[in-house]
Amino acid sequence: MSDHSPGGGGSPPLLQLTNVSKSFGGIAALKDVDFTLEAGEIHGLVGENGAGKSTTMKIIAGVYHDYDGEMRVEGKPVHFRSARDALAAGIGMVHQELSVVPELTVAENVFLGVQPITKFGTVDWPRINAEASRLIGSLGLDIDPTTRMGSLPVGLQQLVELSRVLFSGARIIILDEPTSALSAPEVKRLFDVLRKIKGEGRGIVFISHFLDDVLEISDKITVFRNGKKVITEAASVLTKNDVISHMIGRGSVGMHMGESATLKGDDSKQVTLTAEHMSDGKYLHDVSLKLRSGEITGVYGFMGCGQVELARALFGKLKLKRGNITLDGKPLRFRSTAAARGAGIAFVPENRRMMLFRGEPVFKNISISILDRIHRLLLKPAAERKIAERHTADLQIRPPKPDMLLGSLSGGNQQKVALAKWLTHLPKVLILSEPTRGMDVGAKEDVIRIVKSLRDRGVAILVLSTEPETVLTLADRITVLRKGAVAEEFNTGLIHKADLLAAA
Amino acid sequence: MEATADKNQSRLRHLLTEQLRNIAPVFTLLALIIFFTVASPSFFSVVNFMNILSQISITAIIAVGLTYVILTSEIDLSVAAVANAIGITVAFFTVQPDYVNIANVPMPGVIAIVLTLLSALAFGLITAFGITWIGIPSFIMTLAIMQIANGVSALLVRGQIAYTYPDLVTVLGSGSVFGIRWTIIVAILFLLVGHLVLSHTRFGRYIYMTGGNREAAEYSGVNVKRIIASVMIISAMCSGIAGMLAVAYFGSAQQNQFDTYLLDAIAAVVVGGTSLFGGRGGIGNTIIGLLVLGVLNNGLDHVQIDSFLKILIRGLILLSALIINVYAQRLKDSE
Repeated sequence: MSDHSPGGGGSPPLLQLTNVSKSFGGIAALKDVDFTLEAGEIHGLVGENGAGKSTTMKIIAGVYHDYDGEMRVEGKPVHFRSARDALAAGIGMVHQELSVVPELTVAENVFLGVQPITKFGTVDWPRINAEASRLIGSLGLDIDPTTRMGSLPVGLQQLVELSRVLFSGARIIILDEPTSALSAPEVKRLFDVLRKIKGEGRGIVFISHFLDDVLEISDKITVFRNGKKVITEAASVLTKNDVISHMIGRGSVGMHMGESATLKGDDSKQVTLTAEHMSDGKYLHDVSLKLRSGEITGVYGFMGCGQVELARALFGKLKLKRGNITLDGKPLRFRSTAAARGAGIAFVPENRRMMLFRGEPVFKNISISILDRIHRLLLKPAAERKIAERHTADLQIRPPKPDMLLGSLSGGNQQKVALAKWLTHLPKVLILSEPTRGMDVGAKEDVIRIVKSLRDRGVAILVLSTEPETVLTLADRITVLRKGAVAEEFNTGLIHKADLLAAA
Repeated sequence: MEATADKNQSRLRHLLTEQLRNIAPVFTLLALIIFFTVASPSFFSVVNFMNILSQISITAIIAVGLTYVILTSEIDLSVAAVANAIGITVAFFTVQPDYVNIANVPMPGVIAIVLTLLSALAFGLITAFGITWIGIPSFIMTLAIMQIANGVSALLVRGQIAYTYPDLVTVLGSGSVFGIRWTIIVAILFLLVGHLVLSHTRFGRYIYMTGGNREAAEYSGVNVKRIIASVMIISAMCSGIAGMLAVAYFGSAQQNQFDTYLLDAIAAVVVGGTSLFGGRGGIGNTIIGLLVLGVLNNGLDHVQIDSFLKILIRGLILLSALIINVYAQRLKDSE
């Protein structure tokens, strides 16, 4: 069965993509991609967000089926119609968000959906537990199969999921950001397991933003940029800087907006908010941060690095286990988002749906956060409309009609409404998560202009993003988060995108 | 030309979608009135109309609080049980005739009323605490409170029946002024104040926004927990006051005399068109819902229908209201 000749002689590669292209609504996401995975190989796949990694993997895993080009598994042409097809052909995927059932035992998770049955039609528990134990043991792990999944640390849950994929007979295993939630010893244990698996003649695709991890574990590395494959090279001849320059492209440094920035962190500016040693026991580990009046602090990090939680902790939405937050020198203890708002902290989450009321008119969406300033007891809708009219004009919200239902506005305009909520009475601190994600160029520039003008009016602003361009365009100083902890801080001087990627 | 026609059509469609939950109950009400007027000569009269108002007045007071709760997309199943317990409590604090064998604690009338209102507040506070602080879903929490309130009722009267109440309660519950029953006047007052608070105060706006999109309300800096706690307390207070007046209205305070009030109050709110998913509707809808139920219950008596069939018909009306309610929501979401 198993093929012990990696890349060898006559045997066809485990997986081969030739000239694969894919577009979404006329916009090309992948252009003529070639990709080869040999048996017994760990193949690292890197690229920025939107470079085409995920699209490629979704084609391989049978999620997308309307693509051009050819795919072969062990030399045989295939065209999967569904994820089930791909699984049947021996392709298994472990996602960044694990699909385990925390309430069930380890063994039940391994055999999810395919439980062996006794001749009486009942579940064959002794066999399930014994088989699971053997399977997990073969990975060099010692886990009691009757342990409840949820009680295991994330690193072990991931390995149990991996063993489920192996158990299903997968020979091609795709790992999406497998190390993003793991501590250093957990990463080492995962790598031991991966080396073991690859020794059995399976092929592994290792997708990750963490370049050190990719360089360490991979035999080969393929870099994607803008939907194209840039290079495939043996990992042993690549350095981290090589990979980064392939990812962002040579010669483009400093030429486009957001490729680089000159930071102007000014320590003489007054500190508005100080957060020290913030830990929530899960996503944030001892994060400290200072926000200054009239300055934009950028926080950059990969998805899952803790920036989502950081923003919520500062807005009173996430309870901290440890840490102090002081605002204008006074300690803050949030009991609710209302308390944060009352203290002068404003937040626009990454997903605008989270803070907008689709079925309500624009003016009610804007006034909700300032009702207590407009009215004592009775509502004054005329005053609310007036304020909304002012904001729709200032922010160039189209159409400028305060009575329009929010749901009928375009995405960019909705985002502006989300921002407008906090503009009537300037907050002391404004927290923006992914302020320009998914916006067209025009709307993006509007938002950048608004945010900068707020800074110039003395607001202390925190911008969190997984896009280096966003942070570089806006920030006066930048903090890089990595796995829930501060990895590096940039305060002054010229900084390039490559510096951020290298630090994260 | 064609474009404007299209636009007009889509505007009309939009209006219908928006107003379906308001239009349907009004048509139901009109249809019922016409039907009973034709079917029974005794139905359509001023006297009978006042009868109907009197019959729905107690439910109306309960429904005001319940409207607030349902607008935040929570539910309160304890309303009838709390009304029962509070009705019994006010009798418990009043001197009873010799033949009533209850270990009661008589108080002067005003103190009895204040203590009784505090008991209602206590029910509300416990419910609010359980839902917002501990995090028990309102459906389960109020189910538990329902049982507890029933237990309080049972312990206070121990199978006995009480007949006397503080004078104020007796007057408001069973008296009339200018030929109009006080319960009707109190109910109208509750509905009016309930409406004004919902539509003209900040608190009312927060209720709608919390029901419309709880997460968004929270991210907008609304204290969602405080809003939900408040509506649960308001609901308990409305139920308590309704219960106090009702024992005087009935002329007796005993266990299990509010059995039909839970379903009636929920039905009034939902039949009126207030969304079960929160954020849409209001006291205006509840008034229509109350009249639909009132006309239906009263009218069925006038047409001499099998009283067992009556129960079934009420169920069917409630079911069709639920279908319209969910359908209206789906139309809205699909826009």
